[in-house]
Amino acid sequence: MSFLEYRVKFAPTGFGKVLYVNWGLYLVITACAAIGWLMLYSISGGDMDQWAGPQMKRFAAGLVLSLMICLTPIWFWRSMSVAAYCATFVLLLIVQFFGVVGMGAQRWIDIGFMRLQPSELMKVALVMILATYYDWLPDRRVSRPLWVLVPVALILAPAALVFLEPNLGTTLMLVVAGAGVMFAAGVSLWYFAAVAGVFGAGVAGIFLLRGTPWQLIHDYQYKRIDTFLDPSADPLGAGYNITQAKIALGSGGWTGKGFMQGTQSRLNFLPEKHTDFIFTTLGEEFGFVGAISLLTLYAVILVFLFWAALQNKDRFSSLLLIGIAMNFFLYLAVNLAMVMGLAPVVGVPLPFLSYGGSATLVLLIAFGLAQSAIVHRLR
Amino acid sequence: MRRPVRDSEDSHRKLTRRALVMGGAMAATIAVLGGRMRYLGVDQAEDFALLAEQNRVNIQLIPPDRGLITDRNGKLIAGNEQNYRVVITREGAGDVEAVLNRLSHLIPLTRGDMERVLRDVGRNPSFVPIPVKDRLSWEEFSRVTVNAPALPGVSPDVGLSRVYPRDTDFAHVVGYVGPVSEKDLEGIENPDPLLRIPKFQIGKIGVEKWREDVLRGAAGNRKIEVNHVGRVMRELERTEGEAGADLMLTIDADVQNFVQVRLGEESASCVVMDVTNGDIIAAASAPSFDPNLFVRGISSANYNVLMQNDHRPLANKVVQGAYPPGSTFKMVTALAALADGSLDVETTVRCPGYLEFGGRRFHCWKHGGHGKVDLARSLAESCDVFYYEIAQKVGIDKISEMGRRLGLGMRHDLPMSAITEGILPTKEWKQTKYKQDWRIGDTINASIGQGYVLASPLQLAVMTARTATGRAVVPRLIRAIDGVETKVAEAESLGIPESHLEAVRAGMNSVVNSQHGTSYGARVAAADKKMAGKSGTSQVRNISASERETGVVANTDLPWKFRDHALFVAYAPADAPRYAVAVVVEHGGGGSSAAAPVARDVLLRVLTGALPDPADYPETQRKRIQSMLEELRLRNPDGTMPAEKKV
Repeated sequence: MSFLEYRVKFAPTGFGKVLYVNWGLYLVITACAAIGWLMLYSISGGDMDQWAGPQMKRFAAGLVLSLMICLTPIWFWRSMSVAAYCATFVLLLIVQFFGVVGMGAQRWIDIGFMRLQPSELMKVALVMILATYYDWLPDRRVSRPLWVLVPVALILAPAALVFLEPNLGTTLMLVVAGAGVMFAAGVSLWYFAAVAGVFGAGVAGIFLLRGTPWQLIHDYQYKRIDTFLDPSADPLGAGYNITQAKIALGSGGWTGKGFMQGTQSRLNFLPEKHTDFIFTTLGEEFGFVGAISLLTLYAVILVFLFWAALQNKDRFSSLLLIGIAMNFFLYLAVNLAMVMGLAPVVGVPLPFLSYGGSATLVLLIAFGLAQSAIVHRLR
Repeated sequence: MRRPVRDSEDSHRKLTRRALVMGGAMAATIAVLGGRMRYLGVDQAEDFALLAEQNRVNIQLIPPDRGLITDRNGKLIAGNEQNYRVVITREGAGDVEAVLNRLSHLIPLTRGDMERVLRDVGRNPSFVPIPVKDRLSWEEFSRVTVNAPALPGVSPDVGLSRVYPRDTDFAHVVGYVGPVSEKDLEGIENPDPLLRIPKFQIGKIGVEKWREDVLRGAAGNRKIEVNHVGRVMRELERTEGEAGADLMLTIDADVQNFVQVRLGEESASCVVMDVTNGDIIAAASAPSFDPNLFVRGISSANYNVLMQNDHRPLANKVVQGAYPPGSTFKMVTALAALADGSLDVETTVRCPGYLEFGGRRFHCWKHGGHGKVDLARSLAESCDVFYYEIAQKVGIDKISEMGRRLGLGMRHDLPMSAITEGILPTKEWKQTKYKQDWRIGDTINASIGQGYVLASPLQLAVMTARTATGRAVVPRLIRAIDGVETKVAEAESLGIPESHLEAVRAGMNSVVNSQHGTSYGARVAAADKKMAGKSGTSQVRNISASERETGVVANTDLPWKFRDHALFVAYAPADAPRYAVAVVVEHGGGGSSAAAPVARDVLLRVLTGALPDPADYPETQRKRIQSMLEELRLRNPDGTMPAEKKV
């Protein structure tokens, strides 16, 4: 026992908390959002009211909420995690039966002033309950089969509901982020190897059984895969989005065509240009330099989160921070891979840039929780 | 603390290890994304920049105005009219069917129209305008325009379309235009991009087709910036096209109208030529059809009516019809014999009404024979035996050679479709074509324009003009292009001695003007407008020996299609030739009775410069002629039809 262990541990209280908030993290987040506002302004052809204005208001409101969460003690949020998970799960059920159908899928629930996507909220709630679970679970039980089944059920139940909406992108994010928390919590690698093996066999089966009477998925799903693998085969149909996005990114060159000078997005060649495909406008107007700058900002955010997770001795806080980092990373990686033609088109927004309320709000809530963990770390 | 410290420290070390693995994986992924960005944005930038530009800029063609066609006096034959139409786009309309239903209250829309629109709308991208209805009246058009707010997606549109104000008069000469077909594009190596414009009109037959090169003009273009659905955002650049050149024909529209109306519903054709320069003053083929029907898209019912008519209204008989020229060919035989020396003006032949040769009897049209016949009489009274005799001495090759000099058996290059070459047989020709030796009997038949000989009315007119002038007159149809006169070189001499031509012309003169002439009934009374000509009646069937015994069946008793063709060639004035004319009335009977009067009326019309004066006709015929002329439904000078006469 060293001297240090006898040191009085303390957590900041009162207004002193403000000093312990990681303001650098908020600054980088705001920088990302500002890039988003610029792009939205450019896409709308210089119209502040169309997208940029509303998005700024939402971000400001979300930021206030985030600060409120951040100043609330982290152990309060830990005690709320079961309730949050259950409430969000009920919301998902409501969406399934009373939701508004948008873009061909039931994703929204209208709560008066805004439309809420419970599946987005679930990303945070799931990370919270998994972190709470592993905080509570004694270490020796972590890899016992029965105790592995519990978090698997916690992940798959909401994932199944989201899958039925259908929203493939969010389903994948829930599963992978959940698996990420389980991995960080120390679940035996054999489980992961087994799942990877089954998954690999499934993919192989899908491709090998194609055209036979035993094929595993529908023909149109095969077509989507084909389109992803070779978008030029159907340039005006299903491959259109990917091809046009690549053209936009590619035509930017080193430094881009300049602010408000992109032709692809302004002339509407790009689908979903203000939401999922907003990165293409950045690439077109600010080129490689602009795109790399954004990637750097994202990397800085991830470094902040991981650094905080490693510093924190509280298991719940660490796992929460890793889970949030995982979620954030999945948002940007899936979106960018899709836009650059490395992954199939699934509806995942680019964090802090894409126009839309739910994703921005949920991200700010998540970063509020992360900041709360940072502020209330025992020092 | 509930948990042992060691446990907690172990688990935290594990967490740190695994978090670092995750962070490493994320860093690797971000590096891959950055690399991909570099590949797309920098390494492949040039390719993508080009693609983006192509996305943005579209080039649209501006169709040029097609050149006008006028007659020799500038009267409009083919013009362009504003075509008011309405088009509909799916993206604008939303519910296309509902909008069409509303539209059908404003303009007449058939069930078929609506079905076609719905089908086309379904087949095309939502922004492509689908034509709903063409050729609306101004009233209908403005009704649509006024009600535009209630008709989303419907837009009024104005284009140019070809119109032929003198419809039936020029159907064969000028032809018509129609939308480009796959067949039109075949065989064109580098098709003008204009031809790819949907519904672009190009010439299909006649002058419209053969002078397409000057009439079409050059396309202009505009560079436009388009958005993803192809909607025009703004115009970047505009190059005006070049309108097609205006053509002035040699034809006189009023004479043409007279000729067309004079031919009536007979299956006939008539061509009038200026012998001094080869200008074709009129070229009519009857019955005719309305070319405007084809421009608007002819219904299959109407088309079948035209196709099934045994008078073949679609054929341009002036240049397409190849007929045995009959006795009108006798000038050729006579000139060949004169040139050969086997005939002079003194030579006489005895005609007993037939010629025995090789066990076969070749009959003269006159049963009892003509007795002693010289060249002048042989033409005036159209003795056949005279030509049977002299043709044997001259031989077919020399006759055909003379025919070729006079313009038969060759293609005269006019901007018209399916021009026939006709046939001037030679020994060699028969050998190649039928693998048979030429026989004297063939020469005998050919000497009076029967047998293998075939000629078109145009060729007969050229022959007449050349006989009348002794010069190699070449027909021409285009007088000026865009106001620039096409040059006519003075026709060269044919090299036929004037004395020979005089002898033949004297014969042709007495055909009409001597009391014994076959066409004396078609003479002209006015001294300054006298005509000279030659009739021809060509058999289209064999007359058997038994029929000759019992008396040849009169034409009028035969079914129409077995009756003889009636031909007449003439020039006038007889003493100073100015115009030549050739008339063929298919299955019309005798040339003198069916064709000669037409030729006379036409020549008087063109010499008078107005409706012929009944005073120019022989006194006994004036009353009949006067009422016949009054019956003709001629156009007003401005090309419109006169009001229907009340019965």
